[in-house]
Amino acid sequence: MANSATAVAEQFDDMPQQLEAATLGMWTFLATEILFFGALFLAYIVYRHTYPQAFADASRHTKIIHGTINTALLLTSSFTMSLGIHASQRGRNRALLGFLLVTMFLGCCFLAVKGLEYKSDIHEHLVPGRHFPHEMPVQSQIFWFLYWIMTGVHSVHLIAGIGLLAVIAWMAARERFSAHYHNPVIVSGLYWHFVDVIWVWLYALIYLINRH
Amino acid sequence: MISLSSPTVTVPRKTYLLVWIALLMLLLLNWGLAQLNLGRFNLVATLAIPTAQMFLMIFYLMHVRYNPPLTRVFVAAGFIWFVILIDLTLSDYLTRGDVPGMFRKSWEHGTWPAPVKELPDLPPAPTPKSSSKASQ
Repeated sequence: MANSATAVAEQFDDMPQQLEAATLGMWTFLATEILFFGALFLAYIVYRHTYPQAFADASRHTKIIHGTINTALLLTSSFTMSLGIHASQRGRNRALLGFLLVTMFLGCCFLAVKGLEYKSDIHEHLVPGRHFPHEMPVQSQIFWFLYWIMTGVHSVHLIAGIGLLAVIAWMAARERFSAHYHNPVIVSGLYWHFVDVIWVWLYALIYLINRH
Repeated sequence: MISLSSPTVTVPRKTYLLVWIALLMLLLLNWGLAQLNLGRFNLVATLAIPTAQMFLMIFYLMHVRYNPPLTRVFVAAGFIWFVILIDLTLSDYLTRGDVPGMFRKSWEHGTWPAPVKELPDLPPAPTPKSSSKASQ
């Protein structure tokens, strides 16, 4: 198992140091992701503050059932991802492969539910533009603009995460990881959990505020 | 297959299970509270619960609790820059209209929503007192 791909790279003293560097690199990337989504969250805060009534009206038209199911799906996928990391730390490639496939499946379920939700949103013309329902405040189109861009960009991140896990699963199937070397699994897990953290906030901001 | 040479801290599966249960309970709580009319507490709960979920995920699932200080500093830095982004921007938007006379021109031109209530006319500027500290 200890082939050239799994050995400590020459610039590192040992595996813990190599993993620390990899973790640090991933968090640096995630910090840029925080600012990427942060700009959208900021736009949301500013416009929600400017047009509170229009945003309250708009958020009551979101599909809370879809949103809640999707949150549960993603939280569960983070759990299975963590179990996969645990398996990889023990050098169990078969168990890791199984957990990764379950995690990817839950991610696909999320996208399917999201697709159904998008379909019914489009059916109700909840899209900014000429066909937006006239009985709703004009400014609630800003809410729907943010809804589409934020959930859309999040879904793109989730698709990237599924692709990433597919590569890791392929590597696990080829017995590329061991109790000694599993850095790619841990770093990919960080990305997957991060996408989940973003969704937890989207769920609260889009579906829950001013719901009652 | 248990290896003691693992380069990372192996978090027990029980911890993951408890965190997962806690995350789902918080989700149910957040969903339930959103159905009730609790006045201002609704907003507090809706923002506090995802904060708690985020901390659980970052500290336990993303292992920040077990990471060395350097990694933690990088994690904190990402969020601190985000807070600065929010804070400095809102220090503009939230205070527009608080200072009488400021930005009035931009409202007249319709570049920002009109103020909720008309600004009161400024009281006449107080006449400077003859006996000030500068004269002493």
